[in-house]
Amino acid sequence: MNDELHTNEPTGPLENRWTRQRFDMGLVNPTNRKKYRIIVVGTGLAGAAAAASLGELGYRVKAFCFQDSPRRAHSIAAQGGINAAKNYQNDGDSVWRLFYDTIKGGDFRSRESNVYRLAEISASIIDQAVAQGVPFAREYGGLLANRSFGGAQVSRTFYSRGQTGQQLLLGACQALYRQIATGTVEMHPRTEMLELIVSDGRARGIVTRNLVDGRIEAHTADCVVLCSGGYGNAYYLSTNAKGCNTSAIWRAHRHGALFANPCFTQIHPTCIPQSGNYQSKLTLMSESLRNDGRVWAPLHAADISRNPAELPEELRDYFLERRYPAFGNLVPRDIASRAAKEVCDAGHGVGPEVNGRRLGVYLDFSAAIAELGESVIRERYGNLFEMYQRITGEDPWRTPMRIYPASHYTMGGLWVDYNLMTTIDGLFAAGECNYSDHGANRLGASALMQGLADGYFILPCSIGNYLARHEPGQISSDHADVRNAVAAVRARIERLLNAPAAQHPPEVFHRRLGQLLWDHCGMSRDPAGLQQALQELPRLREAFWREVKVCGSGAEFNQVLERAGRIADFLELGELMCLDALARNESCGSHARTDHLTAEGEVQRNDADYSYVAAWEYSGDPGAPKLHREQLHFEFVRPSVRSYK
Amino acid sequence: MKLRLHIWKQADSHSAGRFETFDCSDVSPDMSFLELLDELNEELIAGGRDPVAFDHDCREGICGACGLMINGVPHGPLQATTTCQLYLREFSAGDEITVEPWRAGAFSVIRDLVVDRGALDRILQAGGYISVRTGSAPDGNTLPVPKEDSERAFAAATCIGCGACVAACPNASASLFVAAKIAHLGLLPQGQPERDMRARTMLAQMDMEGFGFCGNQRECEVACPKEIRIDVIARMNRDLYRSLLRRS
Repeated sequence: MNDELHTNEPTGPLENRWTRQRFDMGLVNPTNRKKYRIIVVGTGLAGAAAAASLGELGYRVKAFCFQDSPRRAHSIAAQGGINAAKNYQNDGDSVWRLFYDTIKGGDFRSRESNVYRLAEISASIIDQAVAQGVPFAREYGGLLANRSFGGAQVSRTFYSRGQTGQQLLLGACQALYRQIATGTVEMHPRTEMLELIVSDGRARGIVTRNLVDGRIEAHTADCVVLCSGGYGNAYYLSTNAKGCNTSAIWRAHRHGALFANPCFTQIHPTCIPQSGNYQSKLTLMSESLRNDGRVWAPLHAADISRNPAELPEELRDYFLERRYPAFGNLVPRDIASRAAKEVCDAGHGVGPEVNGRRLGVYLDFSAAIAELGESVIRERYGNLFEMYQRITGEDPWRTPMRIYPASHYTMGGLWVDYNLMTTIDGLFAAGECNYSDHGANRLGASALMQGLADGYFILPCSIGNYLARHEPGQISSDHADVRNAVAAVRARIERLLNAPAAQHPPEVFHRRLGQLLWDHCGMSRDPAGLQQALQELPRLREAFWREVKVCGSGAEFNQVLERAGRIADFLELGELMCLDALARNESCGSHARTDHLTAEGEVQRNDADYSYVAAWEYSGDPGAPKLHREQLHFEFVRPSVRSYK
Repeated sequence: MKLRLHIWKQADSHSAGRFETFDCSDVSPDMSFLELLDELNEELIAGGRDPVAFDHDCREGICGACGLMINGVPHGPLQATTTCQLYLREFSAGDEITVEPWRAGAFSVIRDLVVDRGALDRILQAGGYISVRTGSAPDGNTLPVPKEDSERAFAAATCIGCGACVAACPNASASLFVAAKIAHLGLLPQGQPERDMRARTMLAQMDMEGFGFCGNQRECEVACPKEIRIDVIARMNRDLYRSLLRRS
């Protein structure tokens, strides 16, 4: 592959680009569409929306998910809301403002054309969801309600209480169910993609494992769409679902799809801390809690075990209010997370000791309760208080909550051009699994917007454009490239089942990987730590392949085998995350390099040298990928410094 | 603390199952019920024994994947709580706990505690949607929806499709699940054009899948982790009768 990346974005005025691109796109005659087969992997917001919309157009779609039902994809857990530039509030919002907020929130590390298109499409998503029967919050007059969210001064977030992701996903899945009933979409639940089939440089299908009976099957198609979500589970503990994994995109990466900005991972500040080594996941609590809660830690490390309610004011350090007097407890996610880490690293963390460390700070509502009364706080956060109590067994009405940051979302993912096509011809990536719109940091309520924009509105156009240039027809199931892909999957399963010194369950390696990434490629990074991780990761990978113990066989329902395969891919991706973090000698958004901070300790961008997307090519050796750069050109906005002092 | 678990083990849908007993020592009350099974499984795998299969994913009570009969109660002793949100502090040291899969004719056992809930998806495919083509929607504020209707629709739409209602029902009926979807869509103006047909086709599919009828035992609403109330079933019946009368 040569060094140049073609973004295939249109030129000219920003507001005309998407319209122009759609006009320039090729079209497939409606009667010919049924001759084309499209594979969609994943049924979250992007995948369900894409499969349904492509089915409506008349293409023959095969959709796959590893869950037992498409409706269980992890988009379902998104709480907050979805942004759209409707300006229903008459507060000065516009497509241009949503575009600017998003690109600034991403710390100027995303592509102008893509982000503008996202903002432009946002309004249609709301219309679509309302027509499907998504029960958004409404005003007494019956019109749609909005709330405000971080990183914006206008009120443009649409929501369904704390379950916006659930309601939007059910809407998309209902559209999908309709197409399944119509016969345009063939749904394959409990089926996991384990390999991509590439033939003559084109993505022509996938190899799957039926998770119920272990059957390995090849599915061929005219193009393949990956909507398989983010890789936040690389950290082991995260707010992701247990099944979230990188395998689909990692398999594609190994076939030549470039992986962009793998080190841009979002760590969310308000999660319930780990309580012990048995911990399997971390639970996010809405960011809105920071509106009324005050974050603090004991001023003196000697006081960390004292009852917080009894610790006098002068012995508390309200570190966010102290360091960021203007924004206080409402600083953006990355800044709040990093500050909590620094306090705990300095020995002021609270809560139970796990592996010799106390990782937690207080989120205290006592001042708000005294000022506003218990009933107001209960109305605002009652359900969150209840959830906290259920998980921790502590009563947040009497003792301050404990919070600590956790891995939440990944901005990085497969590199895609303006048409959401990866560097493999005919392989598309949409939703969280591509890198496209959030730069180095995603704003709240933007993930749902992106997944649905990609699935409902962008892919149906760009896939038609791609197929219009190709004669319909799938490669035969006994084509050498199909047979080889199937053989590779079988060989890998055999290897996982027969490690030479099998002794540890796969989770043992996943936890070690997670700890390494969390310590060295988490909220703050430095060259020495990253180099240390890069030395240890290949050893960990070797140990995994030597010692992983997988019970049972490949020809049955085998959850241990499923997990082992996913962890094997995370172990390779982890190395790429560290390499990317080491190569980006600047701080920006979520990527905070401690050797590139301002005198006040804030992230310091280096636009002269790093205003690019780092797109990595797999070389056969996970430790030596090749870097390609997509230079970012800002024609319409001027990169500025984010300040929250 | 120590707990003794009696867990249903079954190799696949064709094999007979049986209970196996596992002793878990040194478990923390702060552990979740599924984390207890995780720990047990790691021990079993390391010892070369067959781990316990169970469905789970988000572990925050929203995806609906998990669902165990714990001491005969769907999702265990806590009201309005999914299995993944159940913590061991709800049990006492020395407790014996029986863990079974959902039991219903329409849910065959895939392995151990994992059942096939595909029938629920097929019911939704039979009409649990509003037919709207992508791109054809009018502006979202064209059609005002009274706040109260919207909130009632939302309450019904919070169903996570876990199947606890079926497991709790003496008739293994999916009425609460079906009715929740019919109420969600039928309470909104967008859902009116297909309202009559929806009740007929979804209920016909429920019948075909082998679920029983509603006998007003109300076990489902007690078991529902999202507290969906059985008034939605009354609404569903009204929709069905109305549609039959109108058709005749």
